[in-house]
Amino acid sequence: MNNVTSIMIVGVGGQGTLLASRILGNMLVGQGYDVKVSEVHGMSQRGGSVVTYVKYGKKVYSPIIEKGEADIIISFELCEAARWVSYLKKGGKLIVNTQKIAPMPVITGAAKYPENVVHNLKATGCHVIALDALSLAEQAGTAKATNVVLMGAISTKMSFDETIWEQTIAELVPAKFLDINLKAYRLGRMLKVEE
Amino acid sequence: MKRLMLGNEAVARGLYEAGCGVVSSYPGTPSTEITEHVSEYQEVYSEWAPNEKVAAEVALGASIAGARSFCAMKHVGLNVAADPMFTASYTGINGGFIIAVADDQGMHSSQNEQDSRHYAIAAKLPMVEPADSAECKNYVKAAFEISEQFDTPVLLRLCTRVSHSQSIVEENDRVEVPLKEYIKNPQKYVMMPGNAKGRHVVVEQRCKELIQFAENTSLNTVEYAANNEIGVIAAGITYQYAKEALGDSVSYLKIGLINPLPLKKIKEFASKVKKVYVIEELDDIIETHCKKNGIDVIGKELFSNIGEYSQKLIAEKILGKQTEFAEYNENIPVRPPVMCPGCPHRGMFYTLNKMKLTVSGDIGCYTLGAAPPLGAMDTCICMGASISALHGFNKARGAEDRTVAVIGDSTFMHSGITGLINITYNKGYSTVIVADNSITGMTGHQQNPTTGKTLRGDIVEQISIEKVCDAAGVKRVRVVDPNNVEELEAILKEELAVKEPSVLIARRPCALLKYVKHNPPFKIIAEKCKSCKACFKIGCPAISMANGKASIDSTLCVGCNLCKPLCAFGAIAEQGEEL
Ligand code: SF4
Ligand code: SF4
Repeated sequence: MNNVTSIMIVGVGGQGTLLASRILGNMLVGQGYDVKVSEVHGMSQRGGSVVTYVKYGKKVYSPIIEKGEADIIISFELCEAARWVSYLKKGGKLIVNTQKIAPMPVITGAAKYPENVVHNLKATGCHVIALDALSLAEQAGTAKATNVVLMGAISTKMSFDETIWEQTIAELVPAKFLDINLKAYRLGRMLKVEE
Repeated sequence: MKRLMLGNEAVARGLYEAGCGVVSSYPGTPSTEITEHVSEYQEVYSEWAPNEKVAAEVALGASIAGARSFCAMKHVGLNVAADPMFTASYTGINGGFIIAVADDQGMHSSQNEQDSRHYAIAAKLPMVEPADSAECKNYVKAAFEISEQFDTPVLLRLCTRVSHSQSIVEENDRVEVPLKEYIKNPQKYVMMPGNAKGRHVVVEQRCKELIQFAENTSLNTVEYAANNEIGVIAAGITYQYAKEALGDSVSYLKIGLINPLPLKKIKEFASKVKKVYVIEELDDIIETHCKKNGIDVIGKELFSNIGEYSQKLIAEKILGKQTEFAEYNENIPVRPPVMCPGCPHRGMFYTLNKMKLTVSGDIGCYTLGAAPPLGAMDTCICMGASISALHGFNKARGAEDRTVAVIGDSTFMHSGITGLINITYNKGYSTVIVADNSITGMTGHQQNPTTGKTLRGDIVEQISIEKVCDAAGVKRVRVVDPNNVEELEAILKEELAVKEPSVLIARRPCALLKYVKHNPPFKIIAEKCKSCKACFKIGCPAISMANGKASIDSTLCVGCNLCKPLCAFGAIAEQGEEL
């Protein structure tokens, strides 16, 4: 029964993970799948840890993803990748933006930001693809497009035509920011990251 | 057309398609988006009410007038609306009337975790519970039909995972439902004791009829597996979890009408399988119903009455199946939500913390002021409780206490006003700070009576907090910009010194409002920074440590100027400022 693909998008409130999940979800509906997208609103949007689940297949029941169930995790922030890596399936793929955003306990000195995260993530046995999506987004024209760069990166790991992705981005992004976002998407997609 | 829709959006779509005429709500996560989406349909009148009780009364009034009507709230909001709801059960309805209540299992953004099914039982009202977005839409229609068939308000129960997940919904056209005729009927609508006695009899009769209905309604469905080993009784989201964990290998009784529960149907189901599990989040309502009627089921001995379930939990408990997962062997710092960079509440809490005041807090963005490094909040109970609790605190401990209440503009309108009136009436002297950020911030920017705009953005008379306080008998009402921390501190000292009620309106719009102009980001001059961390005391997420020196994240900083005066070494500079 398990022909469902599970993707998690994790990051920090305010990073644009919601738009990313919308792009992914709408693209998948367009391809004729049953799709469920789940996010938690409210407090978590004020700079807290955020997570969105996207599941698709012939028929999807539960909207949530549990530990050991995700096929792919896209992390918008470095230590969030470490926080959620246990949700990955054995042999699952982890796409991580190397941007660091210090949580409040780190800022106040009550905790330390973890070191060697990418190395430790690899040591867990998952397939890690690390990229500096923030720089790429700035290269495209705005730091705000980091989310779309990451959509470009994940699109290389999924078997959908790039025109479908670009069409979906065009549907969801305001027209005046479309060029920058398409550029960001292509930068993410072009990236032949060391794997 | 088929579309991905949030559960809440699908409820709104259902209201539109079902010909609903009037919607009144108060925002509350996870219910807020229902009303926001309803406002997109011109055919449905929709509004934000100042609180849930008012919302429920507006909707009931509209129903008595003959329109299909609706109100939405979160679980704790139903506590506020409980008063009219219990009596609405007696008056019944004219046009169909639905009260939606969204529970927050797991307390993603709530102060408690309560099971609103108890209310349905206590108020003797039918309650339906959808399991995904498509059902959200269809159950709204079904609920209106039940409401009109049985002359009763109907509760629509949601939960975070249904309200806030998107799944596919097929859109249909709106059916125009003409206003029902309003016929004067005081025996039904005037609930004084003589009439209410008669209505209670009607309510009990209706309960009996609803039980009959529960046995036959297509909202309760049965799916039998090829073998008869295991049967699962579930409702709402737990059905989805069970279905994913156990697939077609077990039989299901999916309950859509969760009050009243069918008995014959459950008995029949239980008789056809060897073992029955009841899977319900929070309390053991279905389980108790089964057990007290002699049906042998397994429930809370296996499943917790705390928090959310998942497919994984169900697979573990029923099949004994463990999933393998990788562990990251190092502590990851928690990332609690924080007030945004440039948040107007930051200067206020910084000052309260600095002055070491005892703070009676309330529900809103400013609740985040309880967390370190600001750590300036002592209590937080429920909407509006800050002011009344402070009055009690001061009455108990006497005048020597250095105490304030903090309440937001929206919360003040919701239920802070009555607490304030209580202070002036009962010779209190408490100091109340209204943190007026000119919006309902926490739930995502909803208008309220003080913002001068309606749900749809129409311009209306702005309710003046100053004048409301004045009318409540508060002689000392002052307005201050919370970012001007020196003035704020000076005024607070004055107000705490006087033995009479005072209100301090800390007014500055939320930093996320579109019309709020931001300054270019500030920067740290590394050579001047002595790493003393004085600037960290305000808890701005834009400031952190990098390579042993303070550093400001230019993508986050909005140049609010709160941090600059904190640095004794002049290491914080504005854009373009001379080094
Ligand atoms: S949303 Fe507005 S009020 Fe709430 S924390 Fe952010 S800036 Fe402050
Ligand atoms: S000026 Fe200072 S306090 Fe204000 S947002 Fe920037 S870094 Fe934060």
